[in-house]
Amino acid sequence: MSPELNPSRSLGRRSFLRASGTVAAAGFLAACGGNTGRGGGKAAMSQWYHQYGEAGTQQAALRYAKAYTKADVSVQWIPGDYASKLSSGLVSSSGPDVFEFHPDVQMAKSGQIVPLDDIIADVKSDFTDKDLAANSVDGKVYGIRMIDDPQFLYYRKSLLEKAGVQPPTTFDELMDASRKLNKDGVKGLYLGLKAGSDILASPLVWATGSELLTADHKVAFDTPATVEGLKKMRELYTSKTLLLGAPTDWWDPSAFIQGLTAMQWCGLWAMPGIQKALGDDFGIVPLPGIGSAGRPVVYNGGWSTYVSAKAKDVDAAKAFVKWLWIEQTKLQEDWCTSYGFHIPPRKSLAAKATKLQSGTAAQAVQLFGSNGHYDDPYWTQGMATISQDMVNNAVVSGKNPESEVAKARTRVEAELKKIA
Amino acid sequence: MTTTTTGGTRPGATAPTAPAAKAIRARHGARGSTLTFWLFAGPFLAGLLLFVYVPVGWSFYLSLFQAQNTVAPTKFVGLDNYKDILTEGPFTDSLWTFTLFALIVVPLTYALALALALLVHRIRVARAFFRSVFFIPTACSYVVASMVWKLSIFNGVRFGLANTVLSWFGIEPVAWIGTVSPPWYWLVLVTVRLWLQLGFYMILFLAALQQIPKELYEAAWTDGARPGWQTFRHITLPQLRTTSVAVVLLLLIAAYQAFDEFYNLLPNTPYARPPLVYLYYTALGQGQDFGHGSAGALVLSALITMVTLLQGRIFGFGKADS
Repeated sequence: MSPELNPSRSLGRRSFLRASGTVAAAGFLAACGGNTGRGGGKAAMSQWYHQYGEAGTQQAALRYAKAYTKADVSVQWIPGDYASKLSSGLVSSSGPDVFEFHPDVQMAKSGQIVPLDDIIADVKSDFTDKDLAANSVDGKVYGIRMIDDPQFLYYRKSLLEKAGVQPPTTFDELMDASRKLNKDGVKGLYLGLKAGSDILASPLVWATGSELLTADHKVAFDTPATVEGLKKMRELYTSKTLLLGAPTDWWDPSAFIQGLTAMQWCGLWAMPGIQKALGDDFGIVPLPGIGSAGRPVVYNGGWSTYVSAKAKDVDAAKAFVKWLWIEQTKLQEDWCTSYGFHIPPRKSLAAKATKLQSGTAAQAVQLFGSNGHYDDPYWTQGMATISQDMVNNAVVSGKNPESEVAKARTRVEAELKKIA
Repeated sequence: MTTTTTGGTRPGATAPTAPAAKAIRARHGARGSTLTFWLFAGPFLAGLLLFVYVPVGWSFYLSLFQAQNTVAPTKFVGLDNYKDILTEGPFTDSLWTFTLFALIVVPLTYALALALALLVHRIRVARAFFRSVFFIPTACSYVVASMVWKLSIFNGVRFGLANTVLSWFGIEPVAWIGTVSPPWYWLVLVTVRLWLQLGFYMILFLAALQQIPKELYEAAWTDGARPGWQTFRHITLPQLRTTSVAVVLLLLIAAYQAFDEFYNLLPNTPYARPPLVYLYYTALGQGQDFGHGSAGALVLSALITMVTLLQGRIFGFGKADS
């Protein structure tokens, strides 16, 4: 009997289709009714953080979100390539309402983030001018700085003393120290998995006395001093005193703590962990200046909070940011000093941060004040990649530094056209 | 009176004659087959349309526009994105990286997979065991394997496995993935891929080897051919021609698609950045430049298609079937 003339088979097919339809609809409804965070009639919003390395930070972020009573804030703690996940989130409809990131003009110009002048207005004078400038595009403030994260060279006092080396104050001294400290299975210096070509790309230019961009957003790094800086870095790289291929990158102090290297580029956030492991057997210096116009450099990393223009309720998201990063000064102090060390961006809070007022932490704050360099929001992620390639090609691959600088200039100019 | 009403015979209607009933069954059969076809193929075709053809079309559209920090085009730039991508720079460099990678990994995988297949084919004891041993790594994720290679085996510090072995011979630790002269990172990249994919290609060759008639070898031996290289060259290799072409094709495409091991083993470095990694950082990564990213993706797709067709033409893919 053909299936078409068999009522039971025909019925079975219909039943099957009905059942499939029901399952599909149920699935769809289940997906719609997933963990939206809605409850009790309150607004729901999502807040994204990258994965901080210091113990207790995730619990702190969750605690802050829970303490906010006017909305249900769900925290996403994102390990790995945070920037890429954020980028995809911001162009889709599944991105965050509130998120932390670094200042970037293209996010502002393309309308991915909204200005926050209204929520910062009352306390604007409590932020440093540099912090405000680093988050401002066309005179509008787009991000509220959460933490200032100065970065410098950590060194082991005992190893330097044993080798008869003073903490370096010039780049030549740094190279000399790296050579002398490179013995007994301990490398002289660790600048990360890319030999500093990523994290030191901007500080290297600053250390030569040059700038990345002029105040009116034109290329400024293509100077003989930058070429000289690249040559010095190449000399350092080829000295075979750099630690290469460590299990973790520059931002993690493990290589320094484990005695794999005598000096390491890292941030203030790592200081409590280093203190715990090494006691007072460490010190910090800025990246020394390079050449006659050189200057010492402390690079300020740090994070700021932004509100997505695609937030479900932009005003509610702004209200949350105002509550957390402007009104709740106790939480900000907790965030800045209870886990890793960070400098509170608010002058009033920085003055009260007792943990940063003595020892090496106080020295870090002082170095940050005198030698701190901030990211320029007009120096986009694309430009950062170009300059990192420039440094990598000249330093690691040994390509001609003059032509690498010239190539980078052409490419950065093309990027600048996009934001003109 | 006969009825052709769909859905079966109405109550009270006259029973259809035999030829008419046959025609009805045929129509119903055809309709049923069509319904079954759409039921099974429909979701996949919809998926193909939605997740492949629409994005490819949208990608082409985007590639003609400036699309910075948005997947909605903003300013028409014509072929400028293609011009930028194809001018000497990171994308063209990435194509050289791929070419070098393919030149190393394709012949090496081909030769080793064939050698393994010949060994396993000839072995008389524990054949299934050896097949499994070589095939199991195929089930491992590229990400996991890359992390094991990076953190455990080719760790650049003194306690990495490879460096521990070197230390037994008094050799200083080697920064396997941190140095370009010598370019040890190629050793890390190639070995992880070999470990992961050899087993799969070995199975393909093994299946092909089992299809070669024994009579061919017997005839060759009767004619005086010596077992070993002579029969391998004049019988085994020609008989594996179709499989070989397929294997080389698959290896080449897989090499083009290299992403995971480069992304996980090496940071975003210009000297070891294949096209997909570059496009990831340009579009999906921090760059958010979907115009250039789309142009690059389409150039890469065109390149893969061209190489595939060319390779098929040169090696005569499918000739044996015609």
